[in-house]
Parts: sequence; structure tokens; C-alpha cells
Amino acid sequence: MDQAILALEDGSIFEGKGFGARGVRVGEVVFNTSLTGYQEIATDPSYCGQIVVLTAPQIGNYGTSSLDSQSRPWIEGLIIREISPLTSNWRSDQDADAFLKNAGIPVGSAMDTRALVRRLRSRGVMRGALSSQGGNPQELVELARKSPSMAGLDLATRVSTKERYPWTEGVPACSPSELLAAQEAAKFNVVAFDYGIKRDILRQLAHRGCTLTVVPSNTSAEDVLALKPDGIFLSNGPGDPEPLEYQAAQVRKMMGKAPIFGICLGHQVLGLALGGKTYKLKFGHRGGNHPVLNKRTGKVEITAQNHGFAVDPDSLSSTDIDLTHVNLNDQTLEGIAHRSLPVFSVQYHPEAAPGPHDSHYLFDDFIQMMSNYKEGAR
Amino acid sequence: MPRRDDIKRILIVGSGPIVIGQACEFDYSGTQACKALRADGYEVILINSNPATIMTDPELADRTYVEPLTVEFAEEVIRKERPDALLSTVGGQTGLNLAVSLAEAGVLEKYNVELIGAKIESIKKAEDRLLFKDAMRKIGLDTPQSQLCVNVETGEEFAKKVGYPLILRPSFTMGGSGGGIAYNHEELIDILTRGIDLSPVGEVLIEESVLGWKEYELEVMRDLADNAIIICSIENFDPMGVHTGDSITVAPAQTLTDREYQMMRNAALACLREIGVETGGSNVQFAINPENGKMVIVEMNPRVSRSSALASKATGFPIAKIAAKLSVGYRLDEIPNDITLKTPACFEPTIDYVVTKVPRWQFEKFPGAEAVLGTQMKSVGEVMAIGRTFKQSLGKALRSLETGKSSTTEVYDEALIPKKLITPNPDRLQYIRFAFRKGWTIERVQEMTSIDPWFLTQVKQTIDLEESLAGKKLEDLDQVTLRQAKRDGLSDKVLARAVNVTPNELRDHRKSLGVEAVFNRVDTCAAEFESFTPYLYSSYESECEAEPSDKKKIMILGSGPNRIGQGIEFDYCCCHAAYALNDFGMESIMVNCNPETVSTDYDTSDRLYFEPLTLEEVLNIFDTEKPDGAIVQFGGQTPLNLALPLKKNGVPIIGTAPENIDLAEDRKLFGKLLEELDIPSPENGTATSIEEACSVARSLGFPVLVRPSYVLGGRAMVIAYEEETVRRYMQEATLFSQERPVLIDRFLEDATEVDVDALSDTENVLIAGIMEHIEEAGVHSGDSSCVLPPITLTAEERATIEDYTVKLARALNVIGLMNIQYAIKDGKVYVIEVNPRGSRTVPYVSKATGIPLPKVAVGLMLGKKLPELANLLNGQTSGVLPVPKFFVKSPVFPFNKFPGVDPVLGPEMRSTGEVMGVGESFGEAFAKAQLSAGTPLPEKGTVFFSVSQRHKAAAVEVARKFAAAGFSLAATRGTAQAMKAAGLQVKVVFKVNEGRPNAVDLMKAGQLQLVVYTTNGALSFSDEQAIRRSAITSRVPCITTLSGAKAAAEALLSGYRDPVKVWSLQEIHQADASHTTGASV
Repeated sequence: MDQAILALEDGSIFEGKGFGARGVRVGEVVFNTSLTGYQEIATDPSYCGQIVVLTAPQIGNYGTSSLDSQSRPWIEGLIIREISPLTSNWRSDQDADAFLKNAGIPVGSAMDTRALVRRLRSRGVMRGALSSQGGNPQELVELARKSPSMAGLDLATRVSTKERYPWTEGVPACSPSELLAAQEAAKFNVVAFDYGIKRDILRQLAHRGCTLTVVPSNTSAEDVLALKPDGIFLSNGPGDPEPLEYQAAQVRKMMGKAPIFGICLGHQVLGLALGGKTYKLKFGHRGGNHPVLNKRTGKVEITAQNHGFAVDPDSLSSTDIDLTHVNLNDQTLEGIAHRSLPVFSVQYHPEAAPGPHDSHYLFDDFIQMMSNYKEGAR
Repeated sequence: MPRRDDIKRILIVGSGPIVIGQACEFDYSGTQACKALRADGYEVILINSNPATIMTDPELADRTYVEPLTVEFAEEVIRKERPDALLSTVGGQTGLNLAVSLAEAGVLEKYNVELIGAKIESIKKAEDRLLFKDAMRKIGLDTPQSQLCVNVETGEEFAKKVGYPLILRPSFTMGGSGGGIAYNHEELIDILTRGIDLSPVGEVLIEESVLGWKEYELEVMRDLADNAIIICSIENFDPMGVHTGDSITVAPAQTLTDREYQMMRNAALACLREIGVETGGSNVQFAINPENGKMVIVEMNPRVSRSSALASKATGFPIAKIAAKLSVGYRLDEIPNDITLKTPACFEPTIDYVVTKVPRWQFEKFPGAEAVLGTQMKSVGEVMAIGRTFKQSLGKALRSLETGKSSTTEVYDEALIPKKLITPNPDRLQYIRFAFRKGWTIERVQEMTSIDPWFLTQVKQTIDLEESLAGKKLEDLDQVTLRQAKRDGLSDKVLARAVNVTPNELRDHRKSLGVEAVFNRVDTCAAEFESFTPYLYSSYESECEAEPSDKKKIMILGSGPNRIGQGIEFDYCCCHAAYALNDFGMESIMVNCNPETVSTDYDTSDRLYFEPLTLEEVLNIFDTEKPDGAIVQFGGQTPLNLALPLKKNGVPIIGTAPENIDLAEDRKLFGKLLEELDIPSPENGTATSIEEACSVARSLGFPVLVRPSYVLGGRAMVIAYEEETVRRYMQEATLFSQERPVLIDRFLEDATEVDVDALSDTENVLIAGIMEHIEEAGVHSGDSSCVLPPITLTAEERATIEDYTVKLARALNVIGLMNIQYAIKDGKVYVIEVNPRGSRTVPYVSKATGIPLPKVAVGLMLGKKLPELANLLNGQTSGVLPVPKFFVKSPVFPFNKFPGVDPVLGPEMRSTGEVMGVGESFGEAFAKAQLSAGTPLPEKGTVFFSVSQRHKAAAVEVARKFAAAGFSLAATRGTAQAMKAAGLQVKVVFKVNEGRPNAVDLMKAGQLQLVVYTTNGALSFSDEQAIRRSAITSRVPCITTLSGAKAAAEALLSGYRDPVKVWSLQEIHQADASHTTGASV
């Protein structure tokens, strides 16, 4: 059994057992508190550049299923309390260890994940180096300290598709008992900016009658508008939103030309396009239990979240923007909508995957918005 | 949507006595509800017949009624108190049923009482099988297909459609009797025919089998604004086919992908909304076919439940408390999370540990009942354990059970493995472990059990680890190995045995290598936010979050899983110890592992350690907290067993010294003490062999009482009327040894038994209560009804009892509580047993006297003298506390859950709970107690007598009373002759073996309304059993002692329903109220 070592930039060392691929990786160490969905997390491009700590202690129990991947595995490394030696689920086509190993991702198991999370919570996220094959802890600390900081890093470009591609596949049922409406016939052409898009966002939109064209993150507004979209989608993605000036500029040019809906990084890019500012959270929001108040309905949604940066609501105060959603844990901004233009976005993940489905209605809202816009244009 | 101001007074309905399936989890939920609503300024009126609960403490409600949970009595409470609303959802099924009955009887409308929590329509939709199925179909959820059959043909058709196996449940039969699983046509016809015959309405429900499917539960909450959240997901280790209450369950769910979990979450929320539960908590159960993911909804409970108590303890999210707040209009996002303080309760708890619940069964108390598990719950209690991994939590849970068994010493039979694996039973997990030890594969075990291979893998890994240690030496156990073993949940005891050292040596070695337990917090959020509540569990991680304070503090050891003989009464004492410590300015530290209790609510003590009550785990806490003392006399036998070992390890035990507690149990030393004090006890002896036992018995003279030393609840006691019984007992009882001999007492036949609870500071002794048993000696004190004040004792007898009690308390240097059992025969008082500790009757006596006994006891343990605590005692510090009315405590039995068991009372305790009746006469109090116990006395009809020869004379007198109360009499030939001779009108009835129609036939035909049946000693013939069993199935009350029958007759003559009268405890003790205010001393 190989020893696993996680070294943080503050010099702290966590030891465990190595699984997955053997090797050393560096990244920003962040934690996610979801009880389910390790596979979706591991394959979410928003985690590019990050070593993810899962607080749920038993990982790998149900293996992995190709249907559940959100992209290819993007995390730099995985830190868990205990990996399952066996897969138990009828949907599984590969065990979790092999899945991560094949993707070249090292795993540190048998780690004291709670102590690690407490450290990250009190000191904020830190850079770290994970070895799944032993080594000198002090050298790993040095490696962590030398690794690039997340702030100012444009990772969206790195994870984005290089070529545009179409998407029409809806949401596949996970059980004969799942209550799932039939997929709508294609009605809307939607262009989706891929800043690191998750497959389940595409599926949710396609399921509701969208024919999608996924375009690289650096696609120009002109190229997008040339596709005559009924709607434009700004995806989630990794890293710091601030370097995405070009993307923000394109969004600014497209506002009012077609309905725009943004999620997560897409929300931040929209915020920047509207003249807002973003800032880094101490340890981010990553999990499936964050309460978000929809200020328009007064109802609370339990949401899936994955972000390390946020839009500063004060920076939007002079703009023509409604602050529509707020996080009840820390009062951070979770959603905005333009007062006159068909433009809105949320910081959290309505597609969930993993997480509760309380916010699926936002996709319906987008469809409604496109429908209204089409009506109005006619 | 803030707090409702239009309601001011709220009636809360409790769940009544502890029965199988409805235990102290409802004391926990009711207590939380009372506290939450009062904290919010509402006046709370409570009705609950169970005096052993914390919720019925006068401080918890504005008005507390310990009265029968019937429409009649509840209406009187409502008439008197005029509540604005009734909260129906925190009192279990009993509370819900009473709320529905009150609504249906028009009482709520008449007095303009609003039902809050759940509305009638929702309750009905959830509880009625057919309405529920329709509702679920409407929202597209599958339920197992089913069909009500009144004839065999309908059943056959259904079977053709659905296929086998099928589950059959006859309607309205007690204990699910007559039901079963049909695997083929032949069995279907067989069970169906029998079921239709057995069902009083001739109806059997046939259901599609989901046996072997994975079973899950979700705990859901919703507020009036339609915000809905999942508090906890629970996965059953035992698949469908075993009642959830009898299943090992695990939180969070372990083998669901996110997609599947979210599907289930969506279904649970849809169900909640369709049923229309507007506010509060509900529980939704699902089954999933492991082959293809097909999901069916099994049932939902529109109220807090056993599972919600478990979920609350498992996550730190107090479901009942929040449910109470939601019921008065609050929204989830308006209520703060208790633990993080900064975030709202509107979120879904996430946990970074694994919680395992394991049930505790006691089939050994019910000979004749088959020890198998099915769709009806049989367990009497449960434990919960928290670990960082499933393996760790399972290991901790198993040692929390205190079965006295340990996997490495028990003898298992390899030939039995298949049987023990295929049919669920209490030993199944032990047999799975055994099978792995014998080299069985996961596949093979899975085939026989249908248990998910993930769980089986975890069990096997633990076994493999244990096996890998065999043959090693202590020094082979290096730091890495030991840490791994501890992280996987192995106890020091198991490790010590593997390397052949004592647990203490192992502990020292382990600590010398730095492998020490640390404590993590239960914080609802997996450490994402800071926790301000010290709710802790041990692990072998890298940092300790206990952060002990430097205040003066005392550790209270709880009583572990509920068992017959050790239940809620002890939890009551432990909770009070915590409250009292605060009153005396000390910090309280609670240690317990029972998730149902109030004591394991993090609100009860300053610091809560949810840990097994083993020496190892308690010492870990001691090492971390360094408390100034430990209280062991409140938790029953569990902490007492630890007292001496703890003391040896340096833990200061406060109160009566453990040595003196032990002395009272040591037959020889205690006998000597009694001699010195000149206090008589029944002649007795001890034996360590069969021959010795027989000779002791012969010399004492029959009948004799034979029992093992050191047991609570009268385990394995027998009254022997002849040598053969002694011989058989000694052959079957394996519990005796040189250190633990069998105790043999001369049995005082037909003596009156008396229980005494007293408080002592070694000099001053205050007798809190002299309780006279209704049933004569020979019936276990826990199974006997008793009355305060005593009704037949003479002044001399009372004086003698007082005198002996004071002498014994002083002689044993009792500091705190003590309990003594006396027997009185022919005017002579004998001491039967002395227990220098809190007893089962403490809460009952506290309620009857209005004096909080445990609180006073804590003051004494902290070194105060009784006179210093006079303000808690209405100024009285000696003599006997007065009681302002008659208070009868009656037991409640689980016989209907164990078909085939003889329900006769004896020296082995078998009741699971108790009720209290209050009255201005003994008869009234007794009648109310019987009503509360679920054995209401008939209003009119025929009383059937069959009594043994020596009871004939007394039976005549009792019969005369019944006749005076307007009853007709019937009796077996011998008894009837005696009655006729005394001039009574009586009908002669055949015994079962004499011909027909016999007593059983008449009972079935509804011609007998009450049965009085006494036996000659411990022997009970099949004939007599048939009558008693039939009484249970026909729901005819059956009294098995003559003194009980006499009490019943007096009750009937008391006119207790004309009119119905109720008193709140506050009213009863009003006169004292001015004295008892002000807790501090």
C-alpha cells in the first residue's frame, strides 16, 4: 500500500493511503460537503486546478456510471476518508478507483478529512500538493507553495471546447420509476458558451426543447449572433472570473440581442459585463445543501453550489439590475436579473448533478423568456 | 410568516406508556415540543398517561395531566383548559389517533380547538392504505400492488396477476397473527383460508412482495410557505421484509448514486405535498429493487417518529423542536440552526461520519415466541453509534448493545448458518460474522440474506482484520496496526483477547504509542461552519474538538438501550441529574448511546457524549474531560456494572460508594448486615451446583424463589413449588459460578409486597414513598400495579418499614437514592431486596409527591445534607412524604406482539412500560390506570372465575363485589361450587379439556367480559394457557392474581366515570408550589 501525503502551503501535512493514479499533483485544496455525487464532482470542469476534499466519508460505494459524468475527470486530486473496495449499484460500469486511475487522478484515502476541512474553513482555501506514492512531506510543502495561485488564473479557456459542437440529448432516466417528462420537441436554438460546461446543463436545456450549439469560450459576440440564437447560455467553469475580460465584453455586446442565462462562472461573467466586480470567498461554497432565498417568490431552494468567487452586490448597485437570489448562510449574492432586458443568472447550479433539483424551474424560466422574446419579436 | 398570535394555549398529546414500537422517542419529541412552544410564550397543556416521562414533569408544561389518553378524559381536559389548538404530531401513533378520535367525536369543533401540525384529511390520506395508494398513483409514484380479499378466489386471481411471493395480512388480528408469506399456490390457499377465518372481519390484505429490495427512509420537513427539506436519509442494512424498527439502519444512505438519491428526494417531497402535510416532520419509506432501480413508496408517517428521533440524533437537527415551531406559523428560514447559530434551519444537514442503529431484542423473556423477525416490530430498544466510517460505527454500536455476548466468545454452530442467514432473526449479524470467519464469500452470504454487498464487504473487512491479529503478541501491535484497528472500530477488549493480554494492558500499550481516542463534533454541516454545541463522539482521527471547560463538572452515565426492566425511568433520572447539576452550578456531561431518549438531546446537558457505555469509552471521556465526579446510581444496572472498574481507574464516583452498592448485592455480606440490624428477611441460601440447590431448597421448604445474582428486571427467576422445578432450572441456567452463585429464598406465598424509595445523606433519611403492590409477592415488582399511599398496611407495619429503611440507609452509608423491597406476611415485615440507587419507581413517586427526587439526590451526592435541601422538600427532611391523592402505577405488557406466549405474571419482568392513574379513591385511580394501560375494565357483562384451590375463599369475596357492581358471574366447576355455597348466582362453564362450549368458546363468542384466572404456583397447564391466550386475542381483560381482581372490583364500584374527573399535577401540588420555587440552595 502506497502512502498518500497531502501538504498544504501553510506547512500542514495529512497522511493516508494512495489510490487512483500514482503521482504528485498540485492545486488549490477545496472541500465539498455533498453526501452523494463524487463522480459528478470529479468530472465537473469547474474543479480544474483543484484538489477536492469530500466530507462524505465513504466514497466509491456505488462505483461510477458513464451516464453520470459531467465531462471528463478534471480534478487534480481527490482526498477522502475511505474508499470502497467494492462497487454496489446496478447502474455502475466501472469502480471508482479504476475510473480515477484511468483518468490519471491520484487519490488520498484514509485521510482525516474533517481536520483538513476545519483547517481550510478557518484559514481559507490553500494551495496543496498531493502525492499518492509517498515522498518527502517538506518537498511537497515547497511544491504547494510554488504552485500558481487561483486568483487571476484563466482556467475557462483551458477547459473549454476548442471546436463548436451540437447537443440534442436530453436527460436520461436513472430508474424505471423516475418521474421524468418526455423530452420536448426542438423549438429553440441556443448557443452555449463553454467556460467549462457540465453535461447535465446541456441535457436540461435539450430536454426542454433546445437545440444547442456549444461554442468555445473565446467565441466572439458576432460569431454567436450570426447563428441567430433564440437564447444564449453562459456556462459554469473554473477559476477566477476577472481575467475573462474578453468574454465579458462579448456578453455586453449580446445583451438585448437575445435572452441570456448564466450559471456560476457564467453569472460572474455577466456580473462583470454589467460593470460589477467579483471577489474571492474565504473557502467558497461547495456542496448540495445551501439555502437560497428567491426574493421574488419568498421561497427557499436547497441548492447545489460550487464556486470560490462571487459577484459583489454593492458593485451592481448603480446598474439596472435586480438582486433576485441570496444565500441564507452568508447573505452572498446568488442571482441577478436585468430589469428591462431578458438577461438573468444564478451563482448556484440549478442543474444540480450532484444536488437537489429544487431549482430546475430556472431552465423553465429561460425557456419562457425565449418564448416571450420570440413572441415579442414577431 | 411569523409566529401566530391568534392562538395562546396549545394542548399537546403524548404517546402514553412505552410499548414495543412506541418508546421514549416520543418523550424526546414531546419534551422538545413543550420546551419550544413555551420558550415562545405559548401556554402548554399536556396530556400523557405515562408518569416516567420527562415531558410530564410539572416544569415542562403549564398544565400537566397524567390521565388516560381517551376521548372521554381528553375532552374533560379540553373542557377544563380550553386550549386554542391541539398539536397532534409529536405523540406517536397514539397521539395522532387520539387527535383523530377527538375530531371525529366533534370535541374539537365543540370547544373550537384547531388541529395544528397535521390536518385530519392529511392524516387520513397517509394512514388509510387505499387513500394513500390513490394519492401516490395520482403523482405517479409506485406502491406495492395489493388486494383486499374476502374469499380465496380473489386472492388466486391477484396471484396470477402479480406472481409469488405474496405477503398476506389478515385485518385486525393481534400481533399480526395468521399472516405470512406465500411462495406458491398451495401456501396461498393455506394462509389465505386461515387468515380469513382468523380475521374478525373475514378479510385478508394480499400484497406484492418486495422482499429483499433495498429499504430507505427519508425524514422530511415542510413549512407553511411550502419550503421543504430532507433532514436525513437512512438506509437499512436489513433489506425489505424486516420491520424498520427491527432493522439495523445506517445514515446517511450508502449505496445510492446522486441521481437515485435525488429521485427519491423528489418523490418524498411530492408525497409530502400530495398528502398535504402543511407543517412539521414526516417520514417516507421507500424500497428499491437492486436489480433495476425500480422504486416503490412503502409508507409515510405524517408526524415525528422513531426514525425522526434517530435522524435528529444522527444529524444534530432537532426535528420535533422545529416541527413545533413550524406548527405555530414559523418558516424554516426564520428559525436559526442551534448548532451553528449563524445559519438558518432551512437547509439540509450534511454529515461527515456514519451513524448505525442496532435494535435490542429480548426474546428470551418470552418463551414460546419464535425468535424470528418480520413485518411486526419485536425489539424493545435500540442503540446508535457514531463513527467516522461504517465499520467504526458498527463496532461501537454492537458493543453499546450490552447483550453480554461477545462475538469471539459466543458459541456458534456452523450447521445453523444457512438457517440463521435466510430467516431474519436477532442473531443474524453475528452469524454473518461467523460465516465470514468460516471462510464464506460475500456472494454466498448475499444470496442467503439479500443484504447489500457493500455492507457485507464492510463486515467482512472487520472480520479479516480481527483474524489477521490472531496469534500476534502485544509488541507486534505497532502504531500503524493499532490505529487502523481502532479506526475500524475494534475495541481494546477484542484486541487484548487477540494478543492474550488484559484490556488494561492493551490500553496502556496503545496509549504509549500515542494511539488515543479523540472527539469529533456532530455539527449538521460537516465542519463547514463553526459548532457552538458540544455534541461529541469518539474517533481515532488526528485532532480533538472536545474543548473541555475548566468549570466544576460531573459526568452522568446513562442507561444504554431500553430493555425490559431498564428503560425510560432511568433516563428520567439521568436527565434530572443534568438539570439539577446546572441548578447547583455545575457543568453536566451526559454519556449515553440510546437515540430514543431525552438524555441524548444535546439540549439536556451542557456536554453530550454519544458513546457506548463501556469501560474503554467512558475512560476515554474521563481522560479528556477530567470531571470532578461521576454519577452511576441513576442509569440502572449499566453504569453500576462499571462503577468499581471506573473507581479502580481513578474515576471519582459520587454518591453511595460502589463497594456499598455491591455489598447490598452480596448475599453473604448483606445477610450478615441484616442480622446485625436485626431485620428479618426470608430464609435463604446460595448454591453453585444442582445438588446443592436442591438441598438448600429442601431445607428452606417449598415454595422457593430461585434466581441468579446481579440481574435487573428479574431475568431468569422462577418460583419452585417442588424439587423438579429447581433441578430443571439449574440445568437450564448457565449463569451461576463460584463468584456468581444462584440465590435461593424461601418464597412468602400470598404476602403483600411493598416498594420503598428513600433519600439519604447517611444520617438523615427521608422516605419518599411507600408503594403497596396490588399483586401479591411473586409477581415481579416491575410487573405489579402499585398504589401510593398504601391502602392495607397497618400503622405498625408502616412504622416498621420506616424504621428498617432508616437503619438500612445508614448502615449502607447511602448518599442519594435507595430502593427497598419488602414483603409483609401475617403482620411481619421482611426485607426482600435493597438497591442503593435510583429505581424504576423514582419518576412515579416524584410525580405523586410533587418532589423532584433525582434533583434532591444530586444535591446529596454533591455533599449537601438533607436539611440543607429542605426548600426542595417542602421543608420535610425525615419521615414519609405525603401524597395528596391516590396514585396507581400499572404496567403495560407486550404479549400481543408475541403470539404463543403465556401471559401469566411471574417473577420475570415482562412489562415494557407503565401508566399512572390519579383519583380521589383507590378504585378511581386503579380504574384510570387500567384504562391507560389499554386494559379497560368492562362496564357490564359476565366475569369468569377460575381460581386455584387456595384462592377459593378469597375469590368468593371478590365475586360478591362484582355482583354488587352489577356483573353476572361464571366459573369453572370447583370455583362455582364455592360461590354457590356462599349464596351467589353463578353459571358453570367447562374448562377447555372438559367439553364444549368451554371458556374459550364463550370468550370468542363475546359472552365473557372479564376473566379472573389464578394458577397454582409457577406451573401453568396448557389448558390455562389456552384461556389466557384466548383472552388476549379476544381482547378480554384477564387478571391473573386475586388481589388484582379485588382492585378491579373496587374500581368498578368507584363510579370513576360518573362524572369523569381530571387533575393537573400543578393543581394537585398547588399547595406545595410556594415552597418548591427557587431551585438553588
